[in-house]
Amino acid sequence: MLKNYFKIAIAVLRRRKFFTFISLFGISFTLTILLVLTAFIDKVVGDNYPDKKRDRSLYVSRLSQEGKNTMSSGPLSFYFLSHYAGSLKTPVKIAISSGFNGTNTYVNNKKIAVNYKYTNAEYWDILEYDFLEGKAFSKQQVDNGDKVAVISEDMKKEYFGDIPSATGQYIEADNVKYRVIGVVKNVPITSYMLYSDIYLPYTVAKDGGYKTNKGYQGNYFGILLANSANDLDKMHNEYEQMVQRLPPEQKQFTKVNSHAETYIKSYVDTGNERQSGTLIVITAISIFAFILMILPTLNLVNINITRIMERSSEIGVRKAFGASSRTLVYQFIVENIILTLLGGLIGIILSIIVLKVINSANLIANLELSINFTVLFIGLLVCLVFGLLSGVYPAWRMSKLNVVTALKAQ
Amino acid sequence: MIRLQNIEKVYRTDTVETLALNKVSLEIAKGEFLSVMGPSGCGKSTLLNIIGLLDEPSKGEIRIDDQKTANLSDKQLAQFRNKKLGFIFQSYHLINDLQVLDNVELPLLYRATTARERKQLATEALAKVGLSNRVKHFPSQLSGGQKQRVAIARAIVGRPEIILADEPTGNLDSAMGNEIMDILIQLNRDEGTTIIMVTHDENMAHKTHRLVRLFDGSQVQ
Repeated sequence: MLKNYFKIAIAVLRRRKFFTFISLFGISFTLTILLVLTAFIDKVVGDNYPDKKRDRSLYVSRLSQEGKNTMSSGPLSFYFLSHYAGSLKTPVKIAISSGFNGTNTYVNNKKIAVNYKYTNAEYWDILEYDFLEGKAFSKQQVDNGDKVAVISEDMKKEYFGDIPSATGQYIEADNVKYRVIGVVKNVPITSYMLYSDIYLPYTVAKDGGYKTNKGYQGNYFGILLANSANDLDKMHNEYEQMVQRLPPEQKQFTKVNSHAETYIKSYVDTGNERQSGTLIVITAISIFAFILMILPTLNLVNINITRIMERSSEIGVRKAFGASSRTLVYQFIVENIILTLLGGLIGIILSIIVLKVINSANLIANLELSINFTVLFIGLLVCLVFGLLSGVYPAWRMSKLNVVTALKAQ
Repeated sequence: MIRLQNIEKVYRTDTVETLALNKVSLEIAKGEFLSVMGPSGCGKSTLLNIIGLLDEPSKGEIRIDDQKTANLSDKQLAQFRNKKLGFIFQSYHLINDLQVLDNVELPLLYRATTARERKQLATEALAKVGLSNRVKHFPSQLSGGQKQRVAIARAIVGRPEIILADEPTGNLDSAMGNEIMDILIQLNRDEGTTIIMVTHDENMAHKTHRLVRLFDGSQVQ
């Protein structure tokens, strides 16, 4: 039976090549966009390098102070994270790091764009960077204000060329020379709290802000590590309570807001206290995916209905010779799923090509997108949903055709 | 075997009501070869469609093998047609996208058969109509007579007790028409298949056991 359906499905596809092209184009193009988007989201959300303790970490990336007509929002100060967050009981460690800063440096008269960030020593305990050589700076080195640096593998290659080891060499950033003590595997820029080319102890920061800035806001993020995943709620609540007790820094402000959130929540945080960033992002992605899928689905429904009219004689014959309405619905849906799976296959091949192009063009620093099993599974699921959605209504219309009327049509 | 009692068929539109069949009562015995004649629009095909359970009468009762057909569900009707009835149409109604063998196998798809059985039965049916050498052809590669023979093979492949033929020779020249008629006669004679044939051709009609004439929806002979 299935073989017969397959034969007829292929024959129908070959009969109207233009319709087939439109259908396949619609499906494969949509799927390509969805797959690339999924690969991107999967990479950003799912890839946990070097953030492997995500299940027991909370992220603090923003603090806002609001008044009646004014608001101030942004990353936090080192003082806030070390002093206030540092006073909490539940976190066993706190990773503190600045946002990355850009500067230019010169090697053999060649300009190199460099991003550097400052971190504390616990940063290296919480985050499990893969060290290709050397090691991270210790608390001692941080306290001493040693001019040492951990660099990324790309930075090593760009700055030092193909040398076996960069450890012990000096790298210059912002007119200061730092001794390289470790080289780590690259982190994509989408992990904006963790990405950098050069990592430096916060005590070497030129502006000395970590010492002088006793305000709440600054240029730092924090990752609070709990003993276990079970302590996350407790840690979250403790942080909330601590923030609620804080007085606003200036008179025009009436309230201080800051949250220690899970990775996803902190990633999509909009800074708007009244609307959840997660909700906005999920809604936006869902609407986007829905619109993206509904257009080719409607197109397929339309094409399918036209095709049914062309095939009414066949429907009449099948009914006359014993096909029930249900069997015909089944046949048509199977045919449609064959079409969508074919489109899906083309979509997957196109996605692989598109991802290769994105990766090779290095549009987003260090972001290596790939289609993994999750993405493939989602792709397959999308195809099946396509097949069902666009096949059910036309199939139902087809099955309801009166045999005599169907047979009269040629 | 087939019993029609006071069959009426009315086609209604918003403004017009057309009586296609008017109190037609008919009994057709097992193994009979019956032809139905009459001018165009007299209700011949409507009658055939109603006997073939492709259409419902507006009034009256139809029994096949003593079984009332009025209250059968869509699924039961489909099974009934599949097992008991075979159809031959004037314009063949072959599926152009399928090869001859696949076309002939079609009725067997809707009953429990294996692919091997289907192939065997379809090959035998094609042999009966003399088309063993055309199994891999597509309908577009066949002549009108050959297409009708494929349609006959399809009608007989499931070994139905009744074959309903709607002007099976209508699109063929007389030589081809005679060939087709010979096949039907042979089928009726050798296999005992009941055949009801609508035709415009007096010569063909006279080759059958009995002739029923319709005029304006009523039975006149």
